[in-house]
Amino acid sequence: MLSITPDTVVLGTARKSVITAGFSPVADDARAINGTVGDITSADPRMTARNVNVYYGDKLAINNVSLDIGVNEVIAMIGPSGCGKSTFLRCLNRMNDTIDICRVEGEIRLDDQDIYDSGLDVVPLRAQVGMVFQKPNPFPKSIYDNVAYGPRIHGLTSNKNDLDEVVEQALLKAGLWDEVKDRLDEVGTGLSGGQQQRLCIARTIAVAPEVILMDEPCSALDPIATARIEELIDELREQYTIAIVTHSMQQAARVSQRTAYFHLGELVEVGKTDDIFTTPRHRLTEDYITGRFG
Amino acid sequence: MSNTLLILILLGLMALAYRLGMRRSQRLVGGPGGVRDLHSLPSYYGFFTAIWCGLPALLVLFLWVSLQSGVIRDLVIADLPEAVRALPPAQLGLVINDIQNLAQGNIVSGEVSLEMERAAAHYQRLRQTSFAASVVVVLSLALLGLSVGWRLVSPTFRARNRVESVIKWLLVGCSTIAIFTTLGIVLSVLFESIRFFEMVPIGEFLFGLDWSPQMAIREDQVGSSGAFGVIPLFAGTLLIALIAMLVAVPIGLMSAIYLSEYAGARFRAWAKPLLEILAGIPTVVYGFFAALTVAPFIRDNGALLGLDVSSESALAAGLVMGIMIIPFISSLSDDVINAVPQSMRDASLGIGATHSETVRKVILPAALPGIVGGILLAVSRAIGETMIVVMAAGLSANLTANPLQSVTTVTVQIVTLLVGDQEFDSPKTLAAFALGLLLFLITLVLNVVALHVVRKYREAYE
Repeated sequence: MLSITPDTVVLGTARKSVITAGFSPVADDARAINGTVGDITSADPRMTARNVNVYYGDKLAINNVSLDIGVNEVIAMIGPSGCGKSTFLRCLNRMNDTIDICRVEGEIRLDDQDIYDSGLDVVPLRAQVGMVFQKPNPFPKSIYDNVAYGPRIHGLTSNKNDLDEVVEQALLKAGLWDEVKDRLDEVGTGLSGGQQQRLCIARTIAVAPEVILMDEPCSALDPIATARIEELIDELREQYTIAIVTHSMQQAARVSQRTAYFHLGELVEVGKTDDIFTTPRHRLTEDYITGRFG
Repeated sequence: MSNTLLILILLGLMALAYRLGMRRSQRLVGGPGGVRDLHSLPSYYGFFTAIWCGLPALLVLFLWVSLQSGVIRDLVIADLPEAVRALPPAQLGLVINDIQNLAQGNIVSGEVSLEMERAAAHYQRLRQTSFAASVVVVLSLALLGLSVGWRLVSPTFRARNRVESVIKWLLVGCSTIAIFTTLGIVLSVLFESIRFFEMVPIGEFLFGLDWSPQMAIREDQVGSSGAFGVIPLFAGTLLIALIAMLVAVPIGLMSAIYLSEYAGARFRAWAKPLLEILAGIPTVVYGFFAALTVAPFIRDNGALLGLDVSSESALAAGLVMGIMIIPFISSLSDDVINAVPQSMRDASLGIGATHSETVRKVILPAALPGIVGGILLAVSRAIGETMIVVMAAGLSANLTANPLQSVTTVTVQIVTLLVGDQEFDSPKTLAAFALGLLLFLITLVLNVVALHVVRKYREAYE
């Protein structure tokens, strides 16, 4: 089904491989993935991933992905289910470390620091590269304690006033302050789904990360809550670098500046969001965004 | 012919009724092809007929058997000479017993008189008549029921609904058996306790500081004060339970945290069952482990330190009981820790919390209600535990907080009060029921609280 043969350079010095996928009944050259189409680089990269392979046991989940994530930009990762976009996202703050059988090869840098360097401690990394998950997962603690959790464990504040300030700022940035300022001691799990997700975003930004990773943050939310989060993402772009995985192409088109299309563990095409959605260069990208599969 | 045979015949009749009912339903709609015209499947008509055949007959048989002996007894008594009938109930009972033994060919307590032989023959005759009558009544009832059920079968008859409602009542019956048994136990303990409290004031029982249940049989007997104060017993029980929890809670909880959060899958796969084997060791084995190994060990080491350790110390019993309870706590805590959603761990790790911070600040608080529930269940188990303390804790009711001394527990006293030949009208024996009632109430309260806490925990993530 899947034959992988080594091939030579397509992009810079990156080694690439050719994958002949068996999903297409007709042998269609236009559908073969010959490395990544488009510009993987960013003018002002915060994170750079080069030649990343991820294995679950013996299974190759991500094959040779190289991608830059630029400062103050939102990059959207789209693709059909099981294409590896979430796996790639979880490599960026080493959340995959929690999965025993997962193995990551290649190089991922945050501001010139190799995050898979054996000398690097994963704890400060995750404070710098925060993550928002698919399902809102506030702790069953009060709203205040949810937001204060990160600052407390990292010792970011020395007294209660500072902590109050950090919590207020985080909730303000997450657009939740007005809704919860009078009930900060109520349980976070008692909020509505959209509020919970914004609480999770507030919890993430309370530790002042540089990068925020979002793994389908709106997939469990209704359209109005989704619109609210999308607005928020656009506001947060001013201060943070954001990578978002989404199943919704409309959402990718609305919130992102760059879009990366993943397919069967490979990065097929990267480019400016406008270009990807108007003039996709790869046949697979075109098929996906025109709704022919996915 | 015996009742067993009668029941077997009834079962045979029920099987026949099943076939007849099923056949009739099929025949009424013209063979297997017409099953669609029936309200229920043919087998339901079969069951319905079988129930009509068997159920009333079995009920009558059951009533007959349970009432028969009393009726026969009364008839035999009525036929006895006036002199015997005038005997007090206890002696009359002995006479009846002799008559029954004579009739069944067993050993009789005294000389066999002519009157007794006549009464025995009468008894035997009555039994035979009763049995013959029961066979006739039951079998005719079964046949009558069969024909009624058979006649009721018709294509529009809702046999399935009838059968299912019978099954429903059967299920109700089964589920209430346990409830009524519990109720029966509680009531019997309660009534005996009330008899006890008629002899010993309840205030003296609950707040007395002295436990010495020896009652004088003769007026001039010495050393039989007969004091029934439970405070020393409960102090001993709580002391041992406290030592047990001090051992079991930290060890159990920490092993649960290790197994569920840190241990690799392979280690966990064999360590967890191994830990749970502890729960499978009979408590009597723990008991002699405590009495023969742990208690001497503590005494010898205490002697080295210059401490005066009793050879049956609360410490030995408590330590071993704690070991016994470890699997309770570890297993329950492991379950609740595993029930904390992975998303909580992800959220905490995703902010940059370390594994131990995640365990301390997210997982344990989230799992705490469940853990507390598990601990309360373990406490009620520790308070009710008998075998270890019987063997290792001693019998003397000392009111002390020193774990190196010998104390006794409620359960130990219940055992010693009821072991051997006892008379059931002395406060000494009845005290066991009062102790049992008190123990039952305490563990009941603990269990209710524990279940309440556990249930509250279940709603935490919804």
